[in-house]
Amino acid sequence: MYQYDQYDQAMVDARVEEFRDQAQRRLDGKLTEDQFKPLRLMNGLYLQLHAYMLRVAIPYGTLNSRQMTALADIADKYDRGYGHFTTRQNLQYNWIKLEDAADILADLSKVEMHAIQTSGNCIRNISSDHFAGAAHDELIDPRPYAELLRQWSSFHPEFTYLPRKFKIAVIAADTDRAAMRLHDIGIQIVEQNGEVGASFYVGGGMGRTPMIAPQIREFVPLDQLVTYAEACLRVYNRYGRRDNKYKARIKILVHEMGAEEYTRQVEEEFAHLLDQGVEPPLAELERIKPFFADPPFEDGPKSVDRSDPDFALWVDRNTVRHKHDSYVSAVISLKPVGGIPGDATGDQMRLMAKLAKQYSFDELRVMHTQNIVLPHVKIADLHALWTALEAADLGAPNLDTIEDIIACPGLDYCALANARSIPLSQRISESFAKSGRTAELGQLKLKISGCINACGHHHAGHIGILGVDKKGKENYQLSLGGSEAEDVSLAKITGPGFDEDGVIKAVETVTDVYLETREDGERFLDTYRRIGMAPFKEALYD
Amino acid sequence: MTDFGTSPDDVQFRFRDDGVADHGTVTVDACCDQTNATAVRIEPSDDARVLLPFLDRLALVEVHFPTFGDGRGYSAARILREAGYEGELRAVGDVLIDQLSHMRRCGFDSFAPDKSLDEEDAKRAFAQWDNVYQSAADARKTIAELRHE
Repeated sequence: MYQYDQYDQAMVDARVEEFRDQAQRRLDGKLTEDQFKPLRLMNGLYLQLHAYMLRVAIPYGTLNSRQMTALADIADKYDRGYGHFTTRQNLQYNWIKLEDAADILADLSKVEMHAIQTSGNCIRNISSDHFAGAAHDELIDPRPYAELLRQWSSFHPEFTYLPRKFKIAVIAADTDRAAMRLHDIGIQIVEQNGEVGASFYVGGGMGRTPMIAPQIREFVPLDQLVTYAEACLRVYNRYGRRDNKYKARIKILVHEMGAEEYTRQVEEEFAHLLDQGVEPPLAELERIKPFFADPPFEDGPKSVDRSDPDFALWVDRNTVRHKHDSYVSAVISLKPVGGIPGDATGDQMRLMAKLAKQYSFDELRVMHTQNIVLPHVKIADLHALWTALEAADLGAPNLDTIEDIIACPGLDYCALANARSIPLSQRISESFAKSGRTAELGQLKLKISGCINACGHHHAGHIGILGVDKKGKENYQLSLGGSEAEDVSLAKITGPGFDEDGVIKAVETVTDVYLETREDGERFLDTYRRIGMAPFKEALYD
Repeated sequence: MTDFGTSPDDVQFRFRDDGVADHGTVTVDACCDQTNATAVRIEPSDDARVLLPFLDRLALVEVHFPTFGDGRGYSAARILREAGYEGELRAVGDVLIDQLSHMRRCGFDSFAPDKSLDEEDAKRAFAQWDNVYQSAADARKTIAELRHE
């Protein structure tokens, strides 16, 4: 994976010192809270309901065991012994003291990590395919391109006070594991006539106005990638709405202007910028690529001993085909039945780090579904790995099942939330685990957001739940038919909302409809798409 | 309408050797109509590109930041520098310490903050970054360029 050189390290160190200085000026009264707020946000520091939250960037979701261990140590030293992995492939600490923040950033910088631009109206951490470099179906590893964009977007002088936050995802397979078209910019690395380039999709997003990004350029040559991104951003910085923060994301600009007109303006800016020499030398991309070279894979057994049914189930559910046939990518579920989605204790993080070192060439990935991947595990090592995970309550065999729920922190932590997400997800996973229907339901992506900002990706859930405030009471709207994958779609609301007990019952009801009407091999989503909303509505409300 | 811009006395930091421009500052609209205007003030919603035909006669362009969080002025500055504007480019309004280094990179070479800034803090801010990742209006070599020299 990528390693800092002296320049990268100096940039992060300079930023830590800058933040220390800013915090001091705040304390000295030279900065008002209004002036300080965007500065702390751009260093990942949010004020939540009960305490400060610090969001640490994990570029394209990739980290090594040393970094994971450092995250564990910070959790123990400065927080309450745990951290929360997020849908942006990042990590959040929920109980941080402002006076510790600069020290935490300094600890992070020692392991080539930071919290830069994990919040604020700037270009955020770049996300990517969690199986990058391991997936059997990818054209090429997308992370070198993500790293190139990470450098470009870090401390960008022109794009630090955008109308609103800006999220970029880069993938390089037709299978979309990064919700690429639900990003402000989604980039797919593609091949055309033997040449590698980038397809640009702009103006997707979730939030209160979900949109699927239209493609605005089929093919950008690699030696113009950064220049094209710069053109996309400049048009947005100049013309994105600033009169209303709820209409300030680029999706609204693209929608209001029309994708065609936006594209025309980007192309015009692009033509102009091509003469300005903003593109890094192609040699830089070539320098980055070897950091992501394949580790030394070895041939070995290609199957496992299935005599232990629990192990066999975990292998079937939580391991994914690898490009090398003696390896798999193994998913460590952070969704134990009744647990808090995405949470891991310091001890669990240290264990995952140790296992990554032992079994996965020292690499881990954070999935946007709030699980952890060991990308390169020898099939021969799976039993030993599973045994160690089981012992640490990390062996839940539920990837992509109804127990593998995405949930935002909700009203338990978040100042924006209208309703709690965590207890709801706990109760749903408990109820399905208890009834034993998880297996029967197969792939079923359930996503819960505690408010309209949609951090829990409810618009993209096969089943989505949105918590709202109804006259002072928590109320939950159910929606069906969303997908964040290559078959991207936005979920539709079923009808009036439910209280907490009611929405749990409603989830059971819609799964009943699915089981009764599904045809061979259909997932919940496929059945919904075939039969439409009406049968579900009928079962829910009649 | 003329001379609603900042006066030379308001300029707290300046990175130019020529004399401080002290002209009547006009709006972008007025600048396009008035063939003798040599100083203009850009508001966030103005399109900096309409000034491009007149760059030769302009000695001062003020870019107004009514609030520091409105980042349109950064693009305006770069657009003018990319078009070859070499006159004074002055950031005016809600200009604060923590925006100085980025403004400088976008081509601003004079600063007239509404509230005078602490000199020491500003000095540190201008020198914040030893190196830079992106190519911008300041002609500094980027880190990528340094790596491949």
